[in-house]
Amino acid sequence: MSSPLTPPPEAPLRTGALADAEIDAVAAARGLAPEDVAIRARADASSRRTVLALYALAIVWLLIGTIFGDLASFKLHWPDLLTQQAWLTFGRVRTAHLHAVNYGWASLALIGTCLWLLPRLVHTELQGARFATFGATLWAIGVAIGAVAVLAGYNDGMEWLEAPRYMAGPFLVVGGGLLGLSMFRTAAARRAEHLYVSVWYILGAFIWFPMLYVVGKWPTLSGVESAAANWFFAHNVLGFWLTAMSVGLAYYFIPKVLGRPIYSYALSVVGFWSLAMFYSLNGMHHLVGGPLPTWMITTSIVASIFMFIPVVATGINLHMTVVGRFGALRYSPTLRFVVLGAVAYTAVSLQGSFTALREVNRITHFTHWTVAHSHVGGYAFVSFLAFGAIYYVVPRLVGHEWPSARLIRWHFGLVLAGITLYIASLTWAGVAQGLALLDPQLPFQVSVERTLPGLYGRSLGGVLLTLGHLVFAYHFWIMVRRPAAWRARPPFHEVQPILYTAEAEAASRPSAREVGAA
Amino acid sequence: MTAPASGDGGDRGGRVDVMARGALVGLGAFAIMAGAITLLVIVPATMLRQVKAPPDLPPYTARQLEGRQVYIANGCIYCHSQQIRDPAFTTDVDRGWGSRATVPEDYVHDRPHLLGTMRTGPDLINVGQRLPDMDWHLIHLYDPRALAEWSIMPAYPYLFARKRPQDVGPGDHVVKIPGPRAPAGVVVVAKPEAIALADYLMSLKRQYPVPDSARAGHRMAMQRADGGAGDGGR
Repeated sequence: MSSPLTPPPEAPLRTGALADAEIDAVAAARGLAPEDVAIRARADASSRRTVLALYALAIVWLLIGTIFGDLASFKLHWPDLLTQQAWLTFGRVRTAHLHAVNYGWASLALIGTCLWLLPRLVHTELQGARFATFGATLWAIGVAIGAVAVLAGYNDGMEWLEAPRYMAGPFLVVGGGLLGLSMFRTAAARRAEHLYVSVWYILGAFIWFPMLYVVGKWPTLSGVESAAANWFFAHNVLGFWLTAMSVGLAYYFIPKVLGRPIYSYALSVVGFWSLAMFYSLNGMHHLVGGPLPTWMITTSIVASIFMFIPVVATGINLHMTVVGRFGALRYSPTLRFVVLGAVAYTAVSLQGSFTALREVNRITHFTHWTVAHSHVGGYAFVSFLAFGAIYYVVPRLVGHEWPSARLIRWHFGLVLAGITLYIASLTWAGVAQGLALLDPQLPFQVSVERTLPGLYGRSLGGVLLTLGHLVFAYHFWIMVRRPAAWRARPPFHEVQPILYTAEAEAASRPSAREVGAA
Repeated sequence: MTAPASGDGGDRGGRVDVMARGALVGLGAFAIMAGAITLLVIVPATMLRQVKAPPDLPPYTARQLEGRQVYIANGCIYCHSQQIRDPAFTTDVDRGWGSRATVPEDYVHDRPHLLGTMRTGPDLINVGQRLPDMDWHLIHLYDPRALAEWSIMPAYPYLFARKRPQDVGPGDHVVKIPGPRAPAGVVVVAKPEAIALADYLMSLKRQYPVPDSARAGHRMAMQRADGGAGDGGR
C-alpha cells in the first residue's frame, strides 16, 4: 500500500497471534470487547500454519491446472500442436486440467478457508491442526498421483472421476478424512451457542463429499447404471462440495466486510435445506434424451426447476445484504471478488435450471455451452470466492497487509476480463454449434467451423486468466516470504481497515445496523 | 428456526432451534443425501440389473476391450458421445448417426459407460456401421486432416511407428497415408494399440431392432414423437 521503508534490522517479524497487551489495544482502537478480539486471535493462531500450507498447495495447483487448461484450449484450434507425445494429447491434458483445478486448487483453497473460519465462528481453536496439515498434504499427493496417472494413460473412464481409485483414491480418502476429522472435532469443541449459517454449509460439505465419492467410485456398476452414478457424483461434487463451501464463505465475508448482518435468517434456513433437497436430484439432467429410464431424467429436470427456490433465497439474502453499499466494492478486494462471485452463483444456477429444460437442452447439450457454464460456476463463482477469501485471510495469519494494492488490481482486472471473454465466446460458440448440429441438412463440418472463432476467443481469455494467476501467485509469494524491507511496517492489526477511512465511508450510505457475522 | 441472524440462542422460549444443533443439521444433511442416492442410484441399479444383453449384441472381444482402454486413456470421450437421443426432440437419427434411440440394453457390456457429453466430434455409437474400414480408421487416427481438412481432431502419431521401407517386416500393418500430408521417405506402421482402437470403433454398432425387454419404453418414446410433431411427420 505505501512505499517500502528502510528496514531497521532489529524489528521483529509479526505472526498472527497477538499478545495480551496488544489485544486490549486493538479492542480499544476498534471499539470491540477484548474477549472477542482474544477469541479471534486464538482461533487465527491455531489455524495459521495449516491454512497457509493449504493455500500454498492450492496456488501451486492453480498454476499447474492453468497451464494444462491453456494447452487443452490451444489444441482445440491448433490440433497439430504437440501431438508426438501421448501424455500431451488433448484428452489427457484436458483431464489433468480439470483434476488440478477442481481437486487441487478449488478444493484446497476452500478447505483452507473453512479451517480458518470454523474456529472463529464457533469461538474455539482449530482441533487437530497437525493432522489437518498432514491430511492436506496427503490430499495434494493424491491429486498429484491422479494427474500423473491420467497423463500416463491410467484412467477410470468416468468424467470427474478419472483418477484411478486404487492409486489416487487411498490418498484422497485418508487425507480428506483427516481434514474432516479436524473440522468435526473443532465443531464439537465449540464455545459459541449459535451456529452461524456458514457452519451448516461447511459441516454439510464434509458429510456430503465422502458419501458422493463412495457412490461415484462404486466398482461394480456398468452400463447405464454407471452413467447414473457418474452424473450423480459429477453434478453433486459441484453442488455439495465446492458450492456448499463457497456459499458458506459468501455468507461470512459479505456481512463481515460490510459490517452489517445478513438480510434474513429465515431465508438462509430455507436456502440451505432446499439446496440439499433439490440439488441432490439434479444429476441426470446431464443425460437428457439419453438411454436412461425417462423417469430419472424427468425427476432431475423437475428438481432443476425447483432449484429456483434455494437460488433465489440465497441470492436475495446475499444481494440484499450488499444493496446500498455497492460503493464499498471499490475499497475491498475481498468484497469485489466475493460479491461478483455471489452474482455469478445466482447467474450460473439460473442458467443451469434453464439449460435443463428439454427445449434448451436440445440445442446446448453436447456443445461448448456446457464448458462455458462450468466455468461460470467453477471460476466466476468458486474461484472468485477463493481469491476473495485468500485476500481476507492471509493478512490475519501473517500479521501484515498485502504489499501491493496495484498487484491486486491487476489480478482482479486480468481475471475479470479473462473469464468474461472466456464465457462470452464459448457460450456463443456453444449456441452456434448446437444450432448447426440440430439442422440435419448441414454437414458436421459446419458445426466445427462455426465454433472456431469462439475457441480462439476462449484461448485469449485463458491467456488473460494465466497472467492474472501469475500476478496472484507472485503476490502471495512475496506476502508470505516477508522480505526484510517490510519489517518496519506497522503490523496488520494497527493498519486502519480501508473500508473505514473517511473516503470509503462517504462513498457508502451510513448504516445504523450492527456487525453481523462473528 | 426463527432466531435472529446475530442471535446466539440454542433454546428460545422452550423451542429447540434445530439450526443451532450441529448434530441435527448433520443428520438432516446426511438423510437428504442418502434419500437422493437411493432414488437416483440404488433403485435404478436394482431395476437395471434385470436388463439382459440383446441376442444381436456380441460381447467385446479381448482386442476390442483393449481398444476400449485406448479410447478411455486418450480421452476420446471428451469429444465423442455414444448415444442416440430420442428422435422426438433431436435430429440424431436424421443426421444418420443411427436408426433409433439407444436403450439400456445396448450398453450391457460397457464397463464403465462411455455415453459422453460433448460432440466436438460426431457420435460414435454406430461408427462401425458407418465406417467399417480398418484402414480408414488407422489413417484417420494417424492424421485426421489427411482425410478431412477441416477436422480439429488431434492426430495420434504416437499410436504408430515410422519405419524406413527396408525395415518393414511381414507382420507389420502398413498404413498408406494419402495426399500431400503423407510423411516423406518413411512407412507408417500401426502399433497394436492403434489396431485395437480401430477394432473397437468398428465394433460399435447398435442397429439391430430394439430388444423386446426395452420395447415398451421405446414404443412410449415413439408415441411421444408422433404426438410431439402434431401432424405425425417429423
